[in-house]
Amino acid sequence: MFQKAFKKGILAVAITGAASLSGVAMADVVIGVAGPMTGGNAAYGDQYWRGATMAAETINAAGGINGEPIKLVKADDACEPKQAVAAANRLVDLDKAVGVIGHFCSSSTIPASEVYDEAGIIAITPGSTNPQVTERGLGTVFRMCGRDDQQGKVAADYIVDQLKAKKVAVIHDKDTYGQGLADATKEQLHKRGVTEVLYEGLTRGEKDFNALVTKIRASGAEVVYFGGCHPEAGPLVRQMREQGVTAKFLSGDCVVTDELVNTAGGAKYTDGVLMTFGADPRLIPEGKEVIEKFRAAGFEPEGYTLYAYATLQAIAAAFTGAGSTDGAKAAEWLKTHPVQTVMGTKEFDSKGDLKVSDYVLYQWDANGKYTQL
Amino acid sequence: MDGIFFQQIINGLTLGSVYGLIAIGYTMVYGIIGMINFAHGDVYMVSAYLAAIGIAVLSFFGLHSFPLLILGTLAFSIVITGVYGWTIERIAYKPLRNSTRLAPLISAIGMSLILQNYVQLSQGARQQGIPTLLEGALRLHIGDDYVQLTYTKLFIIVVSLLGMLALTFIIHRTKLGRMCRATQQDRKMAEILGINTDRVIAYVFVIGASMAALAGMLITLNYGTFDFYAGFVIGIKAFTAAVLGGIGSLPGAMLGGIILGIAEAQFSGMVNTDYKDVFAFGLLVTILIFRPQGLLGRPQVAKV
Repeated sequence: MFQKAFKKGILAVAITGAASLSGVAMADVVIGVAGPMTGGNAAYGDQYWRGATMAAETINAAGGINGEPIKLVKADDACEPKQAVAAANRLVDLDKAVGVIGHFCSSSTIPASEVYDEAGIIAITPGSTNPQVTERGLGTVFRMCGRDDQQGKVAADYIVDQLKAKKVAVIHDKDTYGQGLADATKEQLHKRGVTEVLYEGLTRGEKDFNALVTKIRASGAEVVYFGGCHPEAGPLVRQMREQGVTAKFLSGDCVVTDELVNTAGGAKYTDGVLMTFGADPRLIPEGKEVIEKFRAAGFEPEGYTLYAYATLQAIAAAFTGAGSTDGAKAAEWLKTHPVQTVMGTKEFDSKGDLKVSDYVLYQWDANGKYTQL
Repeated sequence: MDGIFFQQIINGLTLGSVYGLIAIGYTMVYGIIGMINFAHGDVYMVSAYLAAIGIAVLSFFGLHSFPLLILGTLAFSIVITGVYGWTIERIAYKPLRNSTRLAPLISAIGMSLILQNYVQLSQGARQQGIPTLLEGALRLHIGDDYVQLTYTKLFIIVVSLLGMLALTFIIHRTKLGRMCRATQQDRKMAEILGINTDRVIAYVFVIGASMAALAGMLITLNYGTFDFYAGFVIGIKAFTAAVLGGIGSLPGAMLGGIILGIAEAQFSGMVNTDYKDVFAFGLLVTILIFRPQGLLGRPQVAKV
């Protein structure tokens, strides 16, 4: 009871505050860009922000959404679930965002999306791949990427069909995303008749995995599958090579940044590292012009940059198509219409997932770059 | 009992020596003024950045020989980190010297947050890395198996040992060490006998920070990557090592670090990596039940 009254009080204060400020902000379409702007995974927040700002500039130059310009607001969750909910509440209550691009880590996206759903605003994550993001029946939550059950399947099939490995070590980082992906891969491996020789979790934030590496060595694994992000993947692969472990290293879509090379301490350690990621958006003809623009600005649109760009395009298309910024109407429109994006035409199903997932294998080379296999 | 076992001992030994070096900062400060300097882990983090900056600057000026590069970087990073240690003591702890015991603890936590955010703002939130400086490894064959020890790890073990020996010499054989010991035993009496205890306490912070700087450089060389949050996890582990060995005791800090490192490595190897921290802290609890003063700590004598 008290809490309700308290909430109303806050709301009243927020409304009066907004009313007094509304003179300037009224016309803008406020869209939040939420992700890890700080912390170990800040590289992905940076990709989001650069992709979204470039898209906003282009859309605004072409007249904005229904004649109103887009205003982006940055929200930092540092890949911490608690901070993600706080950031989401701030976007909803303080910034009055009508749409959100975010978040990145699935463990942040899942709790934050409940806030957006409650507020009835549309939220599209460019990069959260855990199945639970769209499996909870939230009406206004979408994703611009594939799912870990699809990604894990591609990885496991590759291990069995191409690498022909019998001994596989599955390592994860005990996080929603990392463990979820590792489990999806493990499940598909089981279906293909391969039982892992090792299944262990490491701790996010640590740098010394030597004990684990020795264990991998003792298990005789030919392939190490890692469900996790580059701050741990880099040191892990380096320490494997330092202990003379030559097993292939395969990971998912959370190592798609050149910081992987940084955290490993040089391209010679990441040479040959494999990863699964959506088909390189930089190879799709529709995106050529946009990619040139990024490169002209001195930024290589790697990883999730173009995903964030496409996400804002989808939000803009939904608001334009629905004729309003109402979350429910825009979500309804998105689920029934294809969207033209920098990554080609995208269609969403009734859950908010993409109809077509396009996971493929990539390999890192000795120059610290990755290319589609 | 094979190559794997010895490999885990080496893994634990390198990790443990670094824990030990950082634990010295906790244990010395506790020994002398009875407070836990929670900002110490972040002092280590600052020193990791300084080591990378030192290496970058010296390589830029064409210094590529490994020993010179390391000595130059070490001198640079120890001096600057020492200044950090001294400044932190002056700003956050000295004004609270005669207040309640809780006050400096809170200001230590505040200092830790300030350092993290300061580094995040000034250096950026991204992961930083340095290239490998010391290449190559030793491979010892044991039966069918082998133990692989990179030169960097060998370097860590040797340098931490040398660092410890130098520190033991300073504490037991020099005038500064005598003043430190006197202040630790009885601050008021030491003051009456003409020791400037405020200055001694400042020196202790500088020494602790220097050892953290040594650890910072060694870790940066070994793992090649760090960020502004790197001091948190390792700070907690080093603090645990200090308590395990007996807080206030120098050899205890090193022993605690090595025991903790080896325990973690062997538990990961034989049982499970997921629960290695549970085991490490469980070990701490068990030892404290039977020896509340830690392994090498002196029991508290009630002063009448």
